[in-house]
Amino acid sequence: MKLNKILKNSLLVVFACLALSACATKKVSTGQMQGDVYTGTDTVEYLASGVPDRVFFATNESVLTTASRETLRKQAAWLRKNSDITVVLEGHADERGTREYNLALGERRANAAKDYLMTYGISSDRISVLSYGKERPVDSGSNPLAWSKNRRSVTVKAN
Amino acid sequence: MKKYIILLLILFIAPKNSFGLIEVDITRGNLNPLPIAVSPLSIDDNSRKSFQKLLTKKNIGLEISAIVENNLKTSGLFNPLNKDAFLQAPDIANLKPRFEDWNLIKAQALITGKVEYIDEKLRVEFRLWDVLAAKEMMALAFTTVPNNWRRVGHIISDQVYERLTGEKGYFDTRIIYVAEEGPKTKRIKKLAIMDQDGANNKFLTLGNELVLTPRFNPTSQMVTYLSYFRNLPRVYLLDIETGMQEVVGDFPGMTFAPRFSPDGKKIIMSFAKDGNSDIYTMDLENRIVEKITNHPSIDTSPSYSPDGKYICFNSDRSGYQQIYVMKSDGSKVKRISFGNGIYGTPVWSPRGDLIAFTKLHKGKFYIGVMRTDGSGERLLTENFYQEAPSWSPNGRVLIFYRETKTDSDGKGFSAKLWSIDLTGYNERKIKTPTDGSDPSWSSLLSN
Repeated sequence: MKLNKILKNSLLVVFACLALSACATKKVSTGQMQGDVYTGTDTVEYLASGVPDRVFFATNESVLTTASRETLRKQAAWLRKNSDITVVLEGHADERGTREYNLALGERRANAAKDYLMTYGISSDRISVLSYGKERPVDSGSNPLAWSKNRRSVTVKAN
Repeated sequence: MKKYIILLLILFIAPKNSFGLIEVDITRGNLNPLPIAVSPLSIDDNSRKSFQKLLTKKNIGLEISAIVENNLKTSGLFNPLNKDAFLQAPDIANLKPRFEDWNLIKAQALITGKVEYIDEKLRVEFRLWDVLAAKEMMALAFTTVPNNWRRVGHIISDQVYERLTGEKGYFDTRIIYVAEEGPKTKRIKKLAIMDQDGANNKFLTLGNELVLTPRFNPTSQMVTYLSYFRNLPRVYLLDIETGMQEVVGDFPGMTFAPRFSPDGKKIIMSFAKDGNSDIYTMDLENRIVEKITNHPSIDTSPSYSPDGKYICFNSDRSGYQQIYVMKSDGSKVKRISFGNGIYGTPVWSPRGDLIAFTKLHKGKFYIGVMRTDGSGERLLTENFYQEAPSWSPNGRVLIFYRETKTDSDGKGFSAKLWSIDLTGYNERKIKTPTDGSDPSWSSLLSN
């Protein structure tokens, strides 16, 4: 009798665990983030058809992901075709860091994007860099998905 | 400041032998604040009417003592008693308190005084009494222009605080901060200044460009801050009295995280170039720029020790944000933070013995202090988000800002100024007309 009860209880626990892990997988499977890098398109705008304007970063990082490099190669191709256009790379951080460090981090991210554009033949004269730190989030939520959208470098036409 | 306020401090009875009189210990959390009676400053009828006309305050004596009462109360060290229980009239108490009466309502200290209108000036005298010992502890009088009446209340508070704790007060001071409004994605930010108690709030910029991190010069009414004027983030200087602004130095990129040296003659700040931030100083007299750190990591948030010999700063050269100390020429760099989590915004205490910081650990933000060698870490407060501590001039209180969590629709966001004692007690929200962040505490105005 007693054993039965224990078994029943442990079964309940097992079910609860299964239910929880199902939830957890569901969250990841929305496909909006890989690790903590944003992979969705909600906030993305286009410089030209097929040329996304922004790349995203992991927490505290300024390393370009494979997807980011692909986006930047498209931007470089577009910039090569439109040689009169100059751009500002606006670097941003999420709200989970101190203000001054985030200003430096935003600058570092925008420069990572700038360096990559330069290796694809875009002159540094055509690119300026502006860090906003955490001052201009695109998503005002306080959750991991919102933060992932805010860790970004956005290429903005300057002329 | 000295120009527009003429304060005549006349010490008529120097605090003599303090042996055996009341003392308040401010080094520990004070759970038993000292009961103190602040008898309203007495005022004669003619003076009262003159001030009423000039300042549109019905009874300026009452107003000034209310400021004193509020200051003492918010310090957490004193418990001002309810005036309804006072038995003795203010004018008579100021001449000779009946100590039995004050003893009866359990007051241990008593403040009495009077205000007069003389030659278009406001003259105040006040006395501090030890009720149990039945003795006068101090007596002071001063004269000033009537418009300075709030400062009179702050100066009395500072005198009382110093006499009872043995340390300088922090009431006759101001706070510069960033006033915030609007949605989180398009926040409008203005420089604002107010008295330490929240009175006389004034906006110093219009909000046309983003402004961040204002800091006082410890020796004058100058402020340094970051402005995005013309979308070029640069460190600026602002003279609060004249409103004159100028950009600091001629850097080909973003300068940020500015602070003054303790003598007020230099600005120390970060300059970001090609993805790397290093620390620089600029001498405000000869405009000479010096590079202090030279490292491919982010070096920012520099703050001088009060003797000017050392600098603490924030760097991620170890991989994550940590706190470092170096000599003021950039030599002998030493990491001092080794606890779990990441550390930012180090600020050296005006007393020299501690460094206040922001810490992020397991998704929570803390304001804490550690000794200048990194030992004795003590966390004072934990929250969803808070940062940027700034010290009161006596090094006993920290002011900082705190942000609330926002829901997925972006609702529920606020940024507020808070203060907390070094002891970890007496946490208080500071009222501001709008949201606020990045507070910086001035030195004592009357020094």
